[in-house]
Amino acid sequence: MATFNLKINGKTQEVDVNPNTPMLWVLRDHLKLVGTKYGCGIAQCGACTVHLDGVAVRACMTTISAVGNQEVTTIEGLSENADHPVQKAWLEVDVPQCGYCQAGQIMTAAAFLEKNSNPSDSEIEMAMNGNICRCGTYTRIKKAVKIAAKTANV
Amino acid sequence: MTLIKTSIGRRSFLKSTALAGGGMMLGFNWLASCKGKTEEEILAMPKEWFEINSYLKIGDNGVVTIYTPNPEFGQNIRTSMPMLVAEELDVDWENVIVEQAPYHAEKYGFQFTGGSQGIRARWEPLRMAGASARQMLREAAAQTWQVPLEEITTVDGVLHHKTTKNSAGYGEMASAAAKLTVPEEVQLKEVKDFKIIGKSRKNVDAKDIVRGKPMFGSDYRTEGMLIAMIEHPPAFGMTLESVDDAEAKAMPGIKDVVTIKSFKEGFEKGGFDTNAFPELVAIVGNSSWEVMQAKKKLKVAWKPITGYSETIAGFRGKETKNIPAGLESTTTHQTKMAELAGKPGKIVRKDGTPEAAFKNAAKIIESSYSAPFLAHNSMEPLNAFAHVEGDKVKIAAPIQIPSLIIPTLASSLGIPAENIDMELPRMGGGFGRKAYAHYVVEAALISQKVNAPIKLMYTREDDMTNGIYRPTYQATYRAALDEHNNLTALHIKAGGIPESPLFANRFPAGALDNYMAQEWSIDSNITIGAFRAPRSNFMAGAEQSFLDEVAEAAGRILFNFDWTY
Repeated sequence: MATFNLKINGKTQEVDVNPNTPMLWVLRDHLKLVGTKYGCGIAQCGACTVHLDGVAVRACMTTISAVGNQEVTTIEGLSENADHPVQKAWLEVDVPQCGYCQAGQIMTAAAFLEKNSNPSDSEIEMAMNGNICRCGTYTRIKKAVKIAAKTANV
Repeated sequence: MTLIKTSIGRRSFLKSTALAGGGMMLGFNWLASCKGKTEEEILAMPKEWFEINSYLKIGDNGVVTIYTPNPEFGQNIRTSMPMLVAEELDVDWENVIVEQAPYHAEKYGFQFTGGSQGIRARWEPLRMAGASARQMLREAAAQTWQVPLEEITTVDGVLHHKTTKNSAGYGEMASAAAKLTVPEEVQLKEVKDFKIIGKSRKNVDAKDIVRGKPMFGSDYRTEGMLIAMIEHPPAFGMTLESVDDAEAKAMPGIKDVVTIKSFKEGFEKGGFDTNAFPELVAIVGNSSWEVMQAKKKLKVAWKPITGYSETIAGFRGKETKNIPAGLESTTTHQTKMAELAGKPGKIVRKDGTPEAAFKNAAKIIESSYSAPFLAHNSMEPLNAFAHVEGDKVKIAAPIQIPSLIIPTLASSLGIPAENIDMELPRMGGGFGRKAYAHYVVEAALISQKVNAPIKLMYTREDDMTNGIYRPTYQATYRAALDEHNNLTALHIKAGGIPESPLFANRFPAGALDNYMAQEWSIDSNITIGAFRAPRSNFMAGAEQSFLDEVAEAAGRILFNFDWTY
């Protein structure tokens, strides 16, 4: 066990866990931030996507000891009241079906649009390619990412 | 207007404080607001609620809570079912709050999500719930204003009486309405008068989903809850022999290792009690990661099962299934399938003289279609919360058919069914898989053994390798064409593991003079289950593809064949 001071969603949080514990389980079990989802545990589905200093990473394969001083942003910290441009676009398009993968989708999209504010359709497809949605909401996801790109640029 | 008898009895309208919502859950809110209200607005909800019937209650300020009866797995019935109630209640959708009802057979009937039955089955009962509440509100207004009931009209949650110019919001009449007897007959709206049904309404949960609020079964937690995981056999056809848990138990954060048996001796299984691995090892600890690590240290010896037959009492009546011993593989399957596909097969339907038609054919077209075993792979792996305290059971699990696992739970735990409370958190996908709720029984048995609230979590690997797959199917179609490219005979031979997909009487059966349908099947210890109408969708794909190929080969348009109905 070891103590870690994590910067999560603008707050410093202390946890005492095994250094090899993936951030996913620190978030879900220790910090009760359950918006970040477990889907596969091997970085293949994207349901656990969070931001480390603004970069989208898979929390299930990022050990807590690797986080260091980096700022962690989870879906709960993306905005105060669902008003991040990506969340707003998601609501406008009414993207989710079961909803389980959506936090990961939104975090991937938000980090992507920070880097590329005017993406082409194929760039959107490439960026979102690693996030699986078993309900198949992909068409609406692409539509929402395009809307978010436009509204974020206004 | 259609006058219909109300079939929801007074007994179902008893007040229940259990409905107040998720008391045991931390930060878990069953409410969803249709308006997208802020937290503050939700907290500024009515001071008093009046329960009109088991599907709805009305606040003193006119806000309406509608209990949505069926569990949600993504088709948005948490939005569409309340729409049915709101339509007949004649209330402004903006003033509706949706709350997930718990499992309660008496109040909510068959809370089954699946089989494309949700809205079809709820269409009348939910409209009736709304209409009877509206009727009671009108009766309350008529009594208060001392005017005839027929003269009371409603618009968007407000009662009006034209000649006396009286009007009142539903909230003002809710207290009086709640004391009235449920009407024996109610009028339902005509389709042309619908204001909510048939209009697009946004997912009432979308705002919570995009904020990552706790709502799924796997998000459920209570104070002091432990995490449990299971170890099941590495292959179908195997069962538990013994477990050496010394090393696993010594791992940090681990509380206990137990073995469980999912069925009591002699229990008659229902159609959704499918379970390839009824004997399991469970490991229980403080946190998911610790349990995952310790699970790897379990030393479990497995042994082959002996073959057996069992009778299942399912939707189609009692059926006997043969479960063979032995390990199976894709290679053994393919060998057996090739062997059976090459033999005549059992004739299920034969019209005319298909053999002669094929013998005299100018051209024969043949194609085979196959589908492999498929795992549902819901994004949310199987999980269940259970807390067994003495003879009381509390369950919160993502589950498609809560009522059908209750008898199994009661039998396996040795606790009366009426002592089982079940909340129905959102499912992160189901696709049929979460209709088979063995994981709920496992969670309850583990909780009973370790005497603590636990959440059983399947890893993705456990979820994928547990079975209840979409079956393996194969179908070979042959068509005989004469020299004028007329279709003279059709022959289907279909089989699968462990069931045949054949629908012998489906088109073009009956539309051809010469027709034959044969089938075969191979027993297996690999379990199968519902997954988007496996038989029907497989056969529809195969037959449509084949008929298209026949038309292509005949150089004509599919519908130009002379189907002799």
